[in-house]
Amino acid sequence: MCGTCGCSEGNKATVIDLQTGEHTHIDAEGNEIIHTHDHDHSHNHNHEQDHKHDLSSVSAHANAHGTTVALEQAIMQKNDALAIRNRAWFSGREILALNLVSSPGSGKTTILERTIIDLKGKTPICVIEGDQQTANDAQRIKDSGAPSVQINTGTGCHLEADMVMVGLKALKPTAGSIVMIENVGNLVCPALFDLGEMAKVAILSVTEGEDKPLKYPHMFQASDLMLLNKIDLLPHLDFDVKACLAYAKQVNPNIEIIQLSAKTGEGMADWYTWLDNQSAKAVAQAFV
Amino acid sequence: MHEMGITRNIVSIVAEAAKSQKVRRVKLEIGKLSAVMPEALMFCFDVVSKGTVLEGATLEIVEVAGKAICRDCGANVELHQIVTACTCGSRDLKRISGEELNIKEMELEAA
Ligand SMILES: Nc1nc2c(ncn2[C@@H]2O[C@H](COP(=O)(O)OP(=O)(O)OP(=O)(O)O)[C@@H](O)[C@H]2O)c(=O)[nH]1
Ligand SMILES: [Mg+2]
Ligand SMILES: [Zn+2]
Ligand SMILES: [Zn+2]
Repeated sequence: MCGTCGCSEGNKATVIDLQTGEHTHIDAEGNEIIHTHDHDHSHNHNHEQDHKHDLSSVSAHANAHGTTVALEQAIMQKNDALAIRNRAWFSGREILALNLVSSPGSGKTTILERTIIDLKGKTPICVIEGDQQTANDAQRIKDSGAPSVQINTGTGCHLEADMVMVGLKALKPTAGSIVMIENVGNLVCPALFDLGEMAKVAILSVTEGEDKPLKYPHMFQASDLMLLNKIDLLPHLDFDVKACLAYAKQVNPNIEIIQLSAKTGEGMADWYTWLDNQSAKAVAQAFV
Repeated sequence: MHEMGITRNIVSIVAEAAKSQKVRRVKLEIGKLSAVMPEALMFCFDVVSKGTVLEGATLEIVEVAGKAICRDCGANVELHQIVTACTCGSRDLKRISGEELNIKEMELEAA
């Protein structure tokens, strides 16, 4: 059921374009349900279901003897195939796409707001916001001056590649820009769902336990960078920064770490340098 | 619980391959480091397979041990847990197994 218009579609996600106010649904099969809402709310549903069938067709030569049929298929094949498509889409446009993952409330949206304001006129940024409910975060991004779409996953606890694809259609990011994908606050399953990003960035705030990297190793292993946020609060807490950094490195020796405060701006310059370097990498990797 | 969505993928892939034939057994390969719990899959499978050609089928799960090669000394390392170090002390390990999430085979009922 759609929280925006109240219409029930049996869908798994809703995508809201903050620029136009329009929204679409994605059904359980990953197809976009296009949905034109008149302002007088006469429901003028235009269900365009493009049925794409399995990319890998199985040669299941089952004869009728209670036969065992070899399948050899990846369980995540649909998502992985769409993620590859997204990745190629980004690459061809020299776009840097980042998948931001963390527990709820670590400061993802606040970091993005400040980044958008600080990089205004230098780097075009647009944002795909994932939350179970509300368009609050996408509205905050829009208020900071960047285009955004909100994806509401309902009961879903992570973004999937098809949702990002629909989000991109609405956002139409320009060549050479940065697409920030703020995943649903969750340190478990976003690690399983490739969105087509160039890198995952894990955000951890000092109000959480320093042993988070040990407790959620999958997420920290899958990330290229860890942002340790809210360091302005350190004087008031017992958070052991040294131990935290050691745990992160223990889980992933290659992870880069930047300590920052989205509130005071301390350390944000290092994050912008990292973004610059990654953007350059996105350009260098395009079409290869 | 992400195992629910994963189970839906399994049921949809197998049901499509089985066409309308009844499925007796499905064999999966799940890596021990994959963050997917076999018990949870078993539970979800009963729920998700209801009303499909997989209803009542046995779910067989083969767990795959985690293995890696040490990037520093080249040794083979068994990964009993996701965070492990090589005997040489290095943690820079190249994972070679343990993250599998595959459907190996299905057994169809005699028509
Ligand atoms: N003191 C301090 N507070 C911060 C900082 N960054 C974010 N916050 C606060 O932390 C709270 C959560 O911030 P958000 O940016 O909404 O966090 P989020 O990760 O986007 O949250 P979800 O999208 O709900 O998962 C807000 O009250 C922010 O003001 C920081 O650097 N220092
Ligand atoms: Mg947020
Ligand atoms: Zn999830
Ligand atoms: Zn070694």
